[in-house]
Amino acid sequence: MNFDFTEEQIMIKQAARDFAKKLEADVIERDYKAEYPTQHIKELSNLGFLGMLVNPKYGGGGMDTISYILAVEEIAKIDASVAVIMSVHNSLGCWGIEAYGTEAQKEKYLPQMVTGEKIGAFLLSEPEAGSDATSQKTLAEDKGDYYLVNGTKNWITNASSGSVFLVIAQTYPELQHHGINALIVDKDMPGVTIGPHEDKMGMRSSDTHSVMFNDVIVPKENRLGGDGFGFKIAMKGLEGGRISIASQAVGIAQGAYERALQYSKERKAFGKLLAEHQSVAFKLAEMYVKIENARNLVLKAAWLKDNHKPYGLAGAMAKQYAADSAMEITTEAVQIHGGYGYVKEYHVERLMREAKLTQIYEGTSEIQKIVISRQILRA
Amino acid sequence: MKILVCISNVPDTTTKIKLTADKTAIDLANVQWIINPWDELALTRALELKEASAGKITKVSVISVGNQSAEPTIRKALAIGADDAFRVNAEAKDAYFAAFQIAEAVKTEAYDIILCGIESSDYNGSAFGGMLAEFMDHPSVSSVSNFEFAGEVVKVNREIPGGYEVVEPALPFVAIVQKGIAKEPRIPSMRGIMMARQKPLKVVEAAPAEAMTEFVAFEPPQPKAACKMVDPANVAELVELLHKEAKII
Repeated sequence: MNFDFTEEQIMIKQAARDFAKKLEADVIERDYKAEYPTQHIKELSNLGFLGMLVNPKYGGGGMDTISYILAVEEIAKIDASVAVIMSVHNSLGCWGIEAYGTEAQKEKYLPQMVTGEKIGAFLLSEPEAGSDATSQKTLAEDKGDYYLVNGTKNWITNASSGSVFLVIAQTYPELQHHGINALIVDKDMPGVTIGPHEDKMGMRSSDTHSVMFNDVIVPKENRLGGDGFGFKIAMKGLEGGRISIASQAVGIAQGAYERALQYSKERKAFGKLLAEHQSVAFKLAEMYVKIENARNLVLKAAWLKDNHKPYGLAGAMAKQYAADSAMEITTEAVQIHGGYGYVKEYHVERLMREAKLTQIYEGTSEIQKIVISRQILRA
Repeated sequence: MKILVCISNVPDTTTKIKLTADKTAIDLANVQWIINPWDELALTRALELKEASAGKITKVSVISVGNQSAEPTIRKALAIGADDAFRVNAEAKDAYFAAFQIAEAVKTEAYDIILCGIESSDYNGSAFGGMLAEFMDHPSVSSVSNFEFAGEVVKVNREIPGGYEVVEPALPFVAIVQKGIAKEPRIPSMRGIMMARQKPLKVVEAAPAEAMTEFVAFEPPQPKAACKMVDPANVAELVELLHKEAKII
């Protein structure tokens, strides 16, 4: 066993922390106005965080998953919206193309994705297919040398800022999920329409929209992986994506914990500091243990992935535990702040709203429990 | 043209300072180490100048006096963009020792401009830059808040009370820089971090020299006194306390 990070991993974590400090100045305003962090994403790409996992052959950083999740946590601690933009782009967009793309697809898309010129999005959810991802209604009809795509996708992160869409769609409905394909769709293909901006509870600075496909002609060469392998690609993508969303949840929890800790050492009640009240000190202790647990689960999942061992179970455990803990910890952080916690200035109410989404997207906590229970019952 | 930036490996500025039991040294256990903030800005400016020089500045090097534990800090400078680095393998006992070692290490390297921060955030001695210039037999300009090339001449802004003066030093020279030298330190990019290990980091053995000073004792500042709250309605009590207890009126 070795719990030490490498010098590079420490440097990456520090670089992410230094970058994240700059997010703090306008995070409340962007959240309030639901404004996309254009300038920050530009800097994020200049620093190489947008293609950090991609092979250097395509211009990426060639970094390991541990480095990546350390960066996601540091950024989420200050601004979970920026963390999710980065996470979807890296874990689902870049990873999907790198893991399953042909050499031609990789050469066409990855160099522009690592520079942030093109942002990736992952289009799986539908109005009637969320957790039940097998019931895809979006059709990709095989028309010989192209697919004709029709349907609607929901809750798409990076839908308006992104331009490389990995679209999951049904080609052979009779084969159910074995008939699903994954296609790379360029946003500017005729027939692609971006729906209105979703007015979300949290992560408001990231852009979420529905996306409509109306007779979109997608060349066959844009299919990722083999015919009918789309569902497998989607599930594999989410398996990795979960690790970074779990890390995002750890970051949100850590951010709330640090603010609560600071506040409890400054604010007095009944003649002593909040931290000197056992009821508050115990809350802080519980937060600390939960964060440490969650982080260790995330690190183990990342380590398994880096060492090419199965990480599905570890990733599901990390996501479920980190997300549910983040919800509890942010709620307690608001409680420690009292009335101040309920106003925007103190950040913790925003972190609480952000934590909620980590229990829902990229597989709800309940879906993670399905994944976990299936694996332990099978054993 | 080549630029050398001297960097000092210092505790993170947010470190809670603890003293050893005999109070003659800082307890360095669990300390995070960083590039001295003034030196980091000097490096940032050096890299900006190199990028804007259209090939005229061929190299930016960094140098530090320290044992092997200083290497992560030196590699961070390489990750930020320095081309190569030297480490003089010795503990930097005082400014005289560090300046002497750096002068010995780079005397034959023909750097045109040597940059260093005006002070380091650990001991804040502000002695190193002048000593280095003396050992190198170079002119030096202190409190430099900006410098740029005007044709073949280097124009240096030097902060003075109420304004600044512009100096044109002869090359080579030592610039002892203030914080305004660059807007903010650079964050290393992912590519820079990955490249850092491949860049040359030359370890130079220390030349024979003794430190000129030693630390006899450190004394932490007195803890802040507790704040006494006075009811806004009770002005008389406030005046009484300011007069008799605080003795400021």
